[in-house]
Amino acid sequence: MGLLSKKDAKLILDPLADDNPITIQVLGICSALAITAQLKPSIVMAVSVIFVLGIGNVVISLMRNIIPSKIRIIVQLIVVATLVIIVDQVLKAFAYELSKELSVFIGLIITNCIIMGRFEAFALGNGPWRSFLDGIGNALGYGVILIIVGFFRELLGSGTLLGFAVLGDPVEKTGLYAMGYENNGFMLLSPMALIVVGLIIWVQRSRNKALIEEN
Amino acid sequence: MAINTDKNSYTMIFAIVMVVLVGSILAGFANGLKPTIKANERYERQQNILYAMGVHNNQGKGDVEFISTDVVEGEFDKYIKKQLVIQDGKVTEDDQAYLIDIKKEATAAKDPNYKRRLPLFVGEKDGKEVYVIPVRGKGLWDAIWGFVAVDPSMTIQGVYFDHKGETPGLGGEIKQRYFMDDFTGEKFLNGDVFEGVKVAKGNNDPKNTDTTDNEVDALAGATITGDGVSAMLKKDVRMYVPYFQKLNN
Repeated sequence: MGLLSKKDAKLILDPLADDNPITIQVLGICSALAITAQLKPSIVMAVSVIFVLGIGNVVISLMRNIIPSKIRIIVQLIVVATLVIIVDQVLKAFAYELSKELSVFIGLIITNCIIMGRFEAFALGNGPWRSFLDGIGNALGYGVILIIVGFFRELLGSGTLLGFAVLGDPVEKTGLYAMGYENNGFMLLSPMALIVVGLIIWVQRSRNKALIEEN
Repeated sequence: MAINTDKNSYTMIFAIVMVVLVGSILAGFANGLKPTIKANERYERQQNILYAMGVHNNQGKGDVEFISTDVVEGEFDKYIKKQLVIQDGKVTEDDQAYLIDIKKEATAAKDPNYKRRLPLFVGEKDGKEVYVIPVRGKGLWDAIWGFVAVDPSMTIQGVYFDHKGETPGLGGEIKQRYFMDDFTGEKFLNGDVFEGVKVAKGNNDPKNTDTTDNEVDALAGATITGDGVSAMLKKDVRMYVPYFQKLNN
């Protein structure tokens, strides 16, 4: 990567795999369970979090020397909430359909622990450019897992991807359904998101033994 | 430059400045975008009403495609012949009736002295008169609402449902074609008696070939949302029955 120094590139690449906020740090699980029943909300949620975390990290980083430490958590919360409300309003005005589909989930970004976590752990102690990269990296790491989980849950649960029937029609019994395949309705319920995330964690740790904690 | 950020006075001033700053930014955004957002909501209402009466851009199977927002106002005026408000048995015309907030009316109607305003849209499509009735109720997590288009004998010509926060893939499926289309042809009346249309589990009619049973097939895993749809149809459409009785006599 010519554009970024090795140290900076690490900020983006690490959270994608070996320091992934969901599978390694186990943060942001709540929204990962709630919105991944279909692929589309997963993607939009990923994009929104990239926006909020990227900008939020920069804002906090710029203010890091003037934030009174006594109220820093409240200040962080205000920054997230402001960004989220702006995203929500802009979507309502210019992408009304989409904003309806996401309704409560946009608001839920505020409660995403990854965001507060990065503000507190990184942006408060680093410059704006590195904070920006860190924010984008962590949001991407979060988004990748969201999209993987959303992909499997929608495919196995509804037999569709982004709303397109890719496995045939379950009512007319065409495609795979002609051979007796059935959708697994359990995939649509939140517990299965946890199990899919668990499977991802399993695969990841069995490929990279260094990630396994010692007991 | 070293500021003592631990001082109480500094903390107070910082908090005040921050709140004022953020408040004005958000107020600016909200004010600037308000007209666009309001217009979007208006268009959506019109699109929903037209969708229920069968004016839409559906092409493939499973599409739920409204007519586009650029033309919706013109099309709304074209297809909707009259907008009526029924209040205490009296019927008046009001071309802003589609903006009546059903939720507010329902809340106000808890006061026994309040005469609830019931909006009704009379449309014409392919030479047939249809009456579009707005409905609103409760799903599992939050509000559900919709529009039901019926003919003078209260047989359903089309419906549109929407929800605020039902589970995607389960209750959220009420806004899918395969669920909404099942309602077409069902009757609200059983003989002369108002019976409603029920979302029923195990009615031995999953393909919905029987349209005289006042039942449509339920969504698997969405019992409470389905019951909510049944209840909303029963409660809200019933209020219009006197109007249709008068119409048919």
